[in-house]
Amino acid sequence: MLLPATGLFLLLACWQIGVRVLGISPAILPPPLLVARSVQDNAALLAVEGWVTLRESLYGFLLAFIVGVPIAVGIVSSRLLDRMFYPLLIATQSLPKVALAPIVLIWLGTGMESKVAIAALVAFFPIVVDTAAGLRGTSAELLELARVNRATQFQTFRKVRFPAALPFILAGSKVAVTLAVIGAVIGEFVGSDDGLGNLLLVANAQLNTAMAFAALTALAVLGMVLYAAVAGIEMLLRPWLGEVRHG
Amino acid sequence: MSAAIASATTAAEPFARILGVGKSFGEPRGRFQTIALQAVEYDIAQGELVALLGPSGCGKTTLLNIIAGLTTASVGHVEIRGRRVTGPAEDVGFVFQTPNLMPWRTVLANVMFPMEILGRAGPAAKARARDLLAMVGLSAFVDQRPMALSGGMKQRVALCRALIHEPSMLLMDEPFGALDELTRMEMHDLLLDIRRMSATTVVFVTHSISEAVYLADDILVFSARPGRITQRIRVTLPYPRSAATRYSAAFTQLERQAGTALGVVHPDA
Ligand SMILES: Nc1ncnc2c1ncn2[C@@H]1O[C@H](COP(=O)(O)OP(=O)(O)O)[C@@H](O)[C@H]1O
Ligand SMILES: [Mg+2]
Repeated sequence: MLLPATGLFLLLACWQIGVRVLGISPAILPPPLLVARSVQDNAALLAVEGWVTLRESLYGFLLAFIVGVPIAVGIVSSRLLDRMFYPLLIATQSLPKVALAPIVLIWLGTGMESKVAIAALVAFFPIVVDTAAGLRGTSAELLELARVNRATQFQTFRKVRFPAALPFILAGSKVAVTLAVIGAVIGEFVGSDDGLGNLLLVANAQLNTAMAFAALTALAVLGMVLYAAVAGIEMLLRPWLGEVRHG
Repeated sequence: MSAAIASATTAAEPFARILGVGKSFGEPRGRFQTIALQAVEYDIAQGELVALLGPSGCGKTTLLNIIAGLTTASVGHVEIRGRRVTGPAEDVGFVFQTPNLMPWRTVLANVMFPMEILGRAGPAAKARARDLLAMVGLSAFVDQRPMALSGGMKQRVALCRALIHEPSMLLMDEPFGALDELTRMEMHDLLLDIRRMSATTVVFVTHSISEAVYLADDILVFSARPGRITQRIRVTLPYPRSAATRYSAAFTQLERQAGTALGVVHPDA
């Protein structure tokens, strides 16, 4: 904790001094202290817009989770579903989902729904793939244990496969939640009248670079908060998850 | 009188029968076909410990899995108490080569797993699980995760899990193979203790000659692929068996006999 903080401080110090020494205009690259001032002056605005983006990202992530986990279960449980949809899923992954954003906006409007949808679209893939990998990766011996004890398919899933996959699901969620923020901001870029993405565009248009950097800072904090939330859940489950990650 | 005869024949009836069991993997007569087992015929007596002894890859695990109903035989079949095995049976306990514990469950919850599946995970079962864990000396670890245990302790948990539903037959696949020698000898005595307290019939897979002699009533020596019984050795060492047993002349004699059957001891050496 101390070393990264020191690193960050050194970086900011170089930035501050560099901008001064090289005489770079604040409209091009504002020094950190100016950005800090802007954050301070616009704290209320950043909080309001940040709250919008946070909700869009979080709802998008949750939607991806609620849809993605059952789809992964389906793919893993049924050979037919697997053969029919898994290649399709991988294929659609090569499609840049950013390109879908304008279309989603046409369908769902410029309100929150479209941002949630785009965030979910982006977060969906890692959740499905990691959950499927976790469910598939359940140790053959544990499955044999379930079989020798005459566990039903459902019991095997609930008591063996799902707990064994949980570390993978959480790993996928950590990636997904940061992607959800990106998805939400893209949605705001394409069309919106609130959120940090929108604030960033507005500040840019006004050449208020300090404000743009302030919005960027808020976005970074938001991403970290969401990541930390998932990592926190993972940490809480650590004794429960045990060594399964390596097994 | 007819009742007396009936009960006498029941007593003589083997607990389980392996009837002409053969197993091949891969396409029949295909290029990559492996004949794992061939014409295995044997009656397992009630309450005895049968050791399946043979080199690695001779089909011991395959035979154990067929008895457990985890694998189907290509030819022949297995009967337990006169009933043909078609799938895993409720009153069988299985101990794997690795402890095979669920790392996310506590020791107690791991032992309770079979009872949960049977829908009998009540307080009585919990009490029994605690008793079993106390018997194997793990009372202090009941609420720990497997991660905190040594290899020998984990295998003791696995043993408790296999015994929790009071199975009439215990199937063990090289259960102590991964343990160090001292721990393994402790586990041997633990298994002998368990057998003294319950009349469980045991099928025990091993590739250790001394382990087979120390534990078994009957040793089936298997040949390398295709696996078949080349010799049956009756172990008449008296119970209780202890460290002293390992140094008796009879023990050495049986080891030599099994070694000869396996081809690792030259007959006239
Ligand atoms: N599922 C399987 N598919 C193909 N071959 C198998 C399979 N299981 C076992 N075998 C083969 O059958 C033979 C016996 O295996 P196994 O019963 O595991 O031997 P052991 O337990 O005595 O070491 C080996 O040659 C092994 O390669
Ligand atoms: Mg084996």
